[in-house]
This record gives sequence, structure tokens and C-alpha cells, in this order.
Amino acid sequence: MARKVLITLWMGTTQDRKEGNKKMTALRRKFRTSLLRPALMSTAAIAMLVGLSAPTLAGGTLRIAMTASDIPLPNGQTDQGAEGMRFMGYTVFDALVGYDLSSPDKPVTLIPGLATEWSVDPADTTKWTFKLRPGVKFHDGSDFNAEAVVWNLAKILDKDAPQYDERQAAQGRGRIPSIATYKVVDDMTVEITTKAPEALIPYQMAWIVMSSPAQWEKVGKNWDEFLKAPSGTGPFKVESYVPRERAVLVPNTEYWDKDRISTLDKLVLMPVADPSARVAALRSGQVDWIEAPPSDSIESLRGAGFEITSNVYPHVWPWHFSLLEGSPWTDIRVRKAANLAIDRAGMKELLGGMMVEAKGMVPPTSNWFGNPEFEVKYDPEAAKALLAEAGVSSEKPISVKAIISPSGGGQMEPMLMNELIQQNLAEVGINVEFDVRDWNALLANWRAGAKDPGTAGATVTNSSYFSQDPFTALIRHVDSTLIPPNGTNWGYYSDPEMDALIDQVRNEFDPEKQVKVIQTMHEKFVDEALFLFVAHDVAPRAMTSKVKGFVHPQNWFADLTSVTVE
Amino acid sequence: MPVYILKRVAYAVPVALAVSMICFLLVHLAPGDPLSLVLPADANQTTIDATKAKYGLDQPLPAQYFLWLTNVVSGDFGTSIATGRPVVSEIANALTYSLLLALIASVLGLVVGTLLGTVAGYWNGTAIDKIASAVAISGVSLPHYWLGIVLVVIFSVNLNWLPAMGAGESWSAERLKFMVLPAITLAAMPAGIITRSVRALVADTLGKEFVTALEARGLTQTQIFLHVVKNAAPTAIAVIGVQLGYLMAGSILVETVFSWPGTGLLLNTAILQRDIPLLQGTILVLALIFVALNLLVDIVQPMFDPRMKRG
Repeated sequence: MARKVLITLWMGTTQDRKEGNKKMTALRRKFRTSLLRPALMSTAAIAMLVGLSAPTLAGGTLRIAMTASDIPLPNGQTDQGAEGMRFMGYTVFDALVGYDLSSPDKPVTLIPGLATEWSVDPADTTKWTFKLRPGVKFHDGSDFNAEAVVWNLAKILDKDAPQYDERQAAQGRGRIPSIATYKVVDDMTVEITTKAPEALIPYQMAWIVMSSPAQWEKVGKNWDEFLKAPSGTGPFKVESYVPRERAVLVPNTEYWDKDRISTLDKLVLMPVADPSARVAALRSGQVDWIEAPPSDSIESLRGAGFEITSNVYPHVWPWHFSLLEGSPWTDIRVRKAANLAIDRAGMKELLGGMMVEAKGMVPPTSNWFGNPEFEVKYDPEAAKALLAEAGVSSEKPISVKAIISPSGGGQMEPMLMNELIQQNLAEVGINVEFDVRDWNALLANWRAGAKDPGTAGATVTNSSYFSQDPFTALIRHVDSTLIPPNGTNWGYYSDPEMDALIDQVRNEFDPEKQVKVIQTMHEKFVDEALFLFVAHDVAPRAMTSKVKGFVHPQNWFADLTSVTVE
Repeated sequence: MPVYILKRVAYAVPVALAVSMICFLLVHLAPGDPLSLVLPADANQTTIDATKAKYGLDQPLPAQYFLWLTNVVSGDFGTSIATGRPVVSEIANALTYSLLLALIASVLGLVVGTLLGTVAGYWNGTAIDKIASAVAISGVSLPHYWLGIVLVVIFSVNLNWLPAMGAGESWSAERLKFMVLPAITLAAMPAGIITRSVRALVADTLGKEFVTALEARGLTQTQIFLHVVKNAAPTAIAVIGVQLGYLMAGSILVETVFSWPGTGLLLNTAILQRDIPLLQGTILVLALIFVALNLLVDIVQPMFDPRMKRG
């Protein structure tokens, strides 16, 4: 009997009603309404939705899943690191100096952007003149001119300017530390002076993008309002921007560079921080392009017909040595031995081919590489010999502690790679203990320096480095004036010869001669084995075969204007 | 009753305060620096100091806590260090997403859990009970993260029926499609827990003497069942209340797997970026929701069970 009751309670048969128990029926109805109906409705909804076809590809819409957890701010000097600049910075905005991203085969060089030419005054090498490109308009229709450039520099450098924006300043100020003054010479000419001679100004100016002053005025002189209706001069315009969800960009058909007018209908940016979610989104057809597919998904994505693109770019994954007293790395033989002990080819295999074996701080193909005498390669016997000279053997090993992170931007697959290094180094007599910290904690220590109590006896930190320009690639790690807290010379390296080279780079205004000095500097990096040079990332991306025309340059940035979706 | 409610509300205040203090301390004691993701990695000391001062991070901890609490009491949660957007609007926006997902997952969990639990409890010891219990245990034991990925692989990647991630473009019926998989994933655990509780309750109550007495008095089985339900309800409500609390907090893992822009994903981002104002605000609001839900359960329970008012 009880069984029947239960069943009728849920099913509500007519027999019950005949019994005339009104209260019971009402209760039951309540039950059904509150519990069953939503369940049935959602079941029906699911059935209905399931019946619908899968999300379809709209013609000419490129949907990209980024690794960032938020949409980069479309204010100009955007956030979210290099990825933010790649997808929001250099799409919606332009800088005075651009990057030539048109070829996958050669290192990226600087080219004219919103400035057609620039020069330094030979009589006073702190004085630069930038000639601007005529006829350029912001997306809101206002003119780009010298006033706009000065306004944009004040936006990040002048705390008293009404358009000063703390967020953009935080991103941009550190990129142009040497700028002292800036002024309008005429409508199409800007003069910039530096605190001291600084030949790297063109590299620095390539970071600084131009937002529209007129648009900022129009939206009530408020940067939060500007985010809702952004305006730059770039090849794409922002159609809509929903924080943490999506940004929809459309081509700027009036773009000043007629060769770079996109034919896409739309460019949709989505933040998908989780790597497996990105892969699933690509495989289910929800996006056309994903950044950084995990290495273990690459083979299967390839097998499923997806295109995997990759290329070496200015990135290095090193071990940064502490050169403080008491560190075993103060002995050049130990540093060289470590560099000879690492099986980089084995590591490459481990990563599914997704790395370039490092032979220095910059990739061997970089024009800054030079001709170092010391060759970074896998030669454990030579390593053992060097260590024996230094009094180290497998019976009398040395022990080091390395700060590493389990993940992080640019860190590739740090646990896997570090375990291989640990094994390789143990084979030659260097015992490694890991101090695993999360990415953010590692960075905080990297800023604090090897002497900081938080370093807790470690003599290595494993932070991957961005090396887009000579400063980030080389100078910041070894300049003796940048020892913490003044900068990021984590290992306290100090060498008058290196400091002299840095001075020379800053004072050499002939680009060709400048490259020569940079090469000499890099040769010194390698010959002194200042770092454990391990790998360069190759920035894998996966996309559907419908994505056409993408050129994967040797850079952090990429030109999206050549891309179409079939 | 009003006294009882007042008493419960009064209890909730110190709990909320303690929660706020603990969350503040936890956030500040963890290593890492909120500025490292806002500023370029090689920002100079002047920039770092200026930014620290701007967010009050240069003050001693007790001063920071006091300042934060006074602001929070007046409804000002500060601005996110990473995005510069007001924390209140970030949380409100994320809560909308998590709330909707939580409600759907709760209903799903409640319906499935109650059904399975009742069936299992009623046919206690039979094969049906064993199957239902196995399903319940699976629901409780399967890691959310894994279940979410498996569902995505089956329904998005292989069958191509449902979107793998995201929340769609706007608030419309379209968005339901994006909610199916995360809702099922989220519902698995509460469904399992509710099944087990309801099963035990129903089985237990059916064996009670008053059931025999009611039968002896000639009540129909339907009426008897309602008595059983009434006796089982307070415990079931407590279980459901707690589960709803968990769901409301979103799940960091599930929301991350599905890139669902709710409170879980917000917390994940805030943790990774050490976005202290956002982190503190979100944890506090979620803790308060949890406290409020428990309060609600405390208030609702006696309505079903007058004995509790005396206790």
C-alpha cells in the first residue's frame, strides 16, 4: 500500500482525486509545482537545446580564446601583460613606432608607426624629434596630431594633467623611464628629451599607444566612461566590451595603412584561463583560435585536423643565479658545468617539440646573439671535468636550492622541466632542492632580490623573461645600478666592464653600431655563463583549418589584420 | 518567535565579524604581492611605492583592517587593484551569474536527491536502494573538476550539443544552453548528499512507532506519508540550506573549468592576482551569504518543528 502512495504522490493519478481529499491534492499540487515542474521544464529545456544545432561559425568572424582571466582594458595602455598588448593594445591602438610582424622567418624589427621618422639631435643626444604621419584619424573621427601625442605622454607621466590615468601610468610609465620632457614643435612634429642620452628610445616608444583625446573629452573626461566607448587609431575598433566575458572588435575600414585593413566581420576576444577549457572550446567549435594549448594536447589536436603554429620569440626560460658571497655559482666553472649538463634535446622531446634549445639569453637566430666563445650544449663529461677542477664530484657534490613555480605566464611547463634539470645536474654532482612557490610569490621575491630574507637560502630563481628589447633582454638583469631595490638585478651581478657596455648601448645612436655593442654584451653573458640557459618558448597556438592568412612572427605580438575565417 | 529570530541574528553578527577578520588575515599573510601583476615586472621603486600608497598597502596591518572594515560597513568595498573597477559592482555582477547557476543546480540537486533518497529509503535494502545509493556516493565522491571535463568531452567535444565554456553573449534564453553542463556538474554533490540524508530519514521514520500508531488509527498511506515527510523535513532543510550555501559561493573549480564568470572564477582571478580588495570583498560577501543562509535555515526549521523553538 505504501508503495502505491508514494507513486501516486509523485504521479498524481485521477484515483486520488476521486477520493476527494482536497487538502491532499492541494499539497500535492504544491509539491508538483515546486519540485516537479521546474525539473520537467528544465528537462524539456535541455531536450530542446540539445536538439538545437551546435554553435555555428559565422562567416568571417574570428573568435579567440586568450589565456588571460579578464578582457584587457581598452583604454590604451592596457593590462594583462603582453597578451593584453597583443590583442587589445596593438589592435585598437597604435604607437609612434611599430613592429614589423609580417614575416615568420626573421627577427622582428622596428618600423614607422604613427611616426614616419625619428632622429636624435647630434649636438645634443638627449633631444629626439618624431615626425608624425599625416592624415591619421582616431576612430571617433578626430585628428591625430602632435597635440595628441603630448596629451598621451602626459596621460602616463604627468600626475597633474587632467587626463592622468593611474592604471595606464602603472602600465606605461615603467616603459619610458628616461623621458624628461615632451612638447609640440608643430602640428606634425613632437620633441622628446631624455634625462641622459638614451639610444633605446625607439624601443621604448613602441610600447606607448595613443588613445583619442577628443573621445576622452566627449565621454566626460572620465577613463571609466572611455572604456565603454574606446577610441584609438588602430586597425580594429571596439564594438562592445563586457569585462571578464568578451570584447567584440570590428575592422577600422579607414585605417591609415591600406595594406593592413582587415576583412574580418568581427574579431571576438574571450578570456579562458583554464587550458583544458580552451582546448574543449576549440574542439567543440566555440572558438576558432586558442592561445597556448597545453603540450600534451598538441598531438591530438593535430590529429583532429587543427593547425598548430609556433615560432621562436624573444623569451627565455633560464635559471637566474645568485652571485652573492657563499653562492656556489660565483665560480664560473660551476656555472659553465651546469650549462653543459642539461639535456635540452631531451627536454624538447618531453615538451612535444614545443621549445627551442637555448644557447644564450636570446635565441640563436636573434641578431643580438653575436659569436660567443663558450658553446652551450649537452656534454656531461666536460661538465664533470669542470666541476672536478672546482673540487666537486659525485662523492663530494654541492647542494643548491632553487625557487621555482608550478605555473605562471611564460613559465612553460616548469615542474616537468625543472625535474629534468634536477636529474641532469645530479648526474654531474650538483644536488638540487626545490622551493616551490606560486608564480606571484616567486615574482615578489624576484623583485626583492637574492639578498632578501624571503629568498631563504636559495641561490637560483626560475623566472622566465621577456626580451623584447635590449633593456628587458639583457640590461635589467646585470646593470649594477639596478641591484634591488632599484631594479631587478636579482643575482647582484656587478661588473664594471658590463656597466661600460650598457653605457655604450645607451649612447650609441647608430642602429648598426648599437647592434654590435649589444652583441658584445650578449657574448659576455654567454662566455661568463651568467645564467643557466635552458629554453626559449615557441608560443604554440592552435586554430581550426578555417583560419587563413595568419603569419606567426618571431614575437610576442602578432598582426591580426591578415587573418580571415572561411 | 521574534525573540528567537533576534537571538539568531545577534549570533550571526560576531560570526560575520570573525569571518571578516580571518579572511583579512589569510589574504595578507599569504606570500605574494598584489602589485606584481598590475605593474610591469620591472617597474621602478618610485612607481611601486606610489601604487602601494594609493591602495593603502604601505600602512600597518591593523590600520589596514580597521580602514577596510569602516569602509565596508558604509558599503564601500574599494576598487579592484587589477582592473580599477569598484569591487561592489564586480561582486554584484559575478553573484548574478553564480546565483542563477546555484538556483538551477539546487533545484536539480534537490529534485534528484529527494527522488533518489525517497526511493532508496522506501525500498530500503533492495537492489533499487543499492543502485540509488551507488549513484549518490558517486555524486559525492566524483571530483567536480573531473566530472566537468568529462561532461565537456562527451557533450561539447564529441556530440557537439552544448557549449564547452563561457556564458554566451547576453541574458537571454540562449544563456540556458551555457548553463546546462555547469549546473549538472555543480548539482552532482548536493544531489548525492541530499539522497543519502533523505534516504536515511525516510527509512528511519518509516520504522518509528508513530507510523504504526497512525496505521492503527486507519489513516491512509498518503496521510501517513505526509507525517513522515513533516518529521523528516527539518533535517532535510538543514542539509539543503548548507548545500545551497556552498553552491552560492560558486565553485572555483567548476566555474574555472567552464569559464563561467561567477564568484568562483572571480575568486580564482583575485587569488592569482593577489587582488586584495577584490579578494577580501568577495570572501566576505560569500561568508555573509553563508551566515545568512544558515540564519534562514535556523528560522525556517522551527516552522516545521515546534520542538526546536524550546531548545
